Amino acid sequence: MNRIKKFFSTFLLFELLKGMAVTGKYLFKPKITVHYPEEKTPQSPRFRGLHALRRYPNGEERCIACKLCEAVCPAMAITIESEERADGTRRTTRYDIDLSKCIFCGFCEESCPVDSIVETRILEYHCEKREDFIYTKEMLLAVGDRYEEQIAKDREADARYR
Amino acid sequence: MENIQRQFEQVFGTDWGLMLFTLTSNLVLIFAIVVPLLLCVAYLTFAERKIIAYMQIRVGPNRVTFFGIPWLRGWGQPIADAVKAIMKEIVIPSGANKMLFVLAPILTIMPALAAWAVIPFSPELVLADINAGLLYILAMTSMGIYGIIIAGWASNSKYAFLGAMRSAAQVVSYELAMGFALVCVLMMSQSLNIGDIVNGQQGDSLLNWYLIPLFPMFLVYLISGVAETNRAPFDVAEGESEIVAGFHVDYSGMAFTVFFLAEYSNMILVATLTSIMFLGGWLPPLDIAPFTLIPGFIWLLLKIAFILFFFLWFRATFPRYRYDQIMRLGWKVFIPITLVWIVVLGLIMQLPESIRNLPLLNIWF
Repeated sequence: MNRIKKFFSTFLLFELLKGMAVTGKYLFKPKITVHYPEEKTPQSPRFRGLHALRRYPNGEERCIACKLCEAVCPAMAITIESEERADGTRRTTRYDIDLSKCIFCGFCEESCPVDSIVETRILEYHCEKREDFIYTKEMLLAVGDRYEEQIAKDREADARYR
Repeated sequence: MENIQRQFEQVFGTDWGLMLFTLTSNLVLIFAIVVPLLLCVAYLTFAERKIIAYMQIRVGPNRVTFFGIPWLRGWGQPIADAVKAIMKEIVIPSGANKMLFVLAPILTIMPALAAWAVIPFSPELVLADINAGLLYILAMTSMGIYGIIIAGWASNSKYAFLGAMRSAAQVVSYELAMGFALVCVLMMSQSLNIGDIVNGQQGDSLLNWYLIPLFPMFLVYLISGVAETNRAPFDVAEGESEIVAGFHVDYSGMAFTVFFLAEYSNMILVATLTSIMFLGGWLPPLDIAPFTLIPGFIWLLLKIAFILFFFLWFRATFPRYRYDQIMRLGWKVFIPITLVWIVVLGLIMQLPESIRNLPLLNIWF
């Protein structure tokens, strides 16, 4: 009896029809695609995107050229040179991040004692030449100035878990 | 038509005029079939991407549009793809046999397009109304395999060669089952002329279509057709996960596109043949007013679209067959089924008149 049943279900393509019923049902299901440029997925405050160098509210740059980020960077993407400034503080004269090397691990951000180097939520940037991937101190500071509000908010949101 | 012929004869003289008229009128008719066919192929790829995407809860191509019209989003995609393919370089591998390498795509698309000559789109609309139409189609569809074998051989690549071998074996075995299924059709219709086959299904309703008395043959034909065109789930010839892309792995640009066009026009051809042989071609489902008002051409198109939708549906649903299972299905299942059905059909047709006149049986026999 079982064999007869199996014979008929094979020849009537029962299992194939069952499979097609599943895909047929999915044809009418609401689609879950995010239409990217128009819609975006939510980002975490911990999102690790383009880097930025921050300043204190009085306009002084935070970075003290301790070079911890340079030391911790696993991709060796950060290059720092420092000098003593006229007022006796140590500051960077050069702070380059090679974004073509960077793996966006966030270690630089973790290691920074003064919360100077941070990773922002920016992910939609592009470069057309390899040289363009090297972000200099001025560029990073500019990014920081421009997005300071968002950066500060994200740090605050995440502060409880640090 | 007659007027144009007379004008040709006036301009070019009687002999040349007739010849040139035949040439130009046939060329125009061929273009009238091939150009819409290629457009259909383009939009079949679009339909395939859309339908499979929808079955996978995605949305598919939805960006390229014409003149920025929002509700045409995605409809420009096949055109954009075609333009891209035309712009690309045709790379000929250094170890390849150049002549055969270039010849292969041509040999593949030629029969795929040539088979359309005998397809009747409506009772009058047929390029070549020949008596051995069915044989012609069988001959043409089996020619396509040469292109594939030559492509696999000429590429001088192991993947391409394996793909070609698989494809050849598969197409040859399914050709048999397909041919036997069509033998049943011609037993029913008593004719090899495709127009006559459709006319044999004329009647009050869709009960007269060969779909019902030959239902197993319909399934065999449809599945063999899927296998014949190397479509999923029988696409071992291309099998991305095993042999990269099979026989066309070394083809690029327009040469690849020609293979693609051939595959898709073969798909449409199989769908057309299925609708002609089993679904009554241009005949409406019921021979009453609202259905008969719609021209036969539209009915044929609807039936083709219906079958094509199944092709895409299969692809979205089934995983690829293993190679030996394909061979088993072809040789050990389909061919016996068709052979048995031919005998059964023959016996039914030889039954005495009184039994064949019983209700239901009298519709078909």
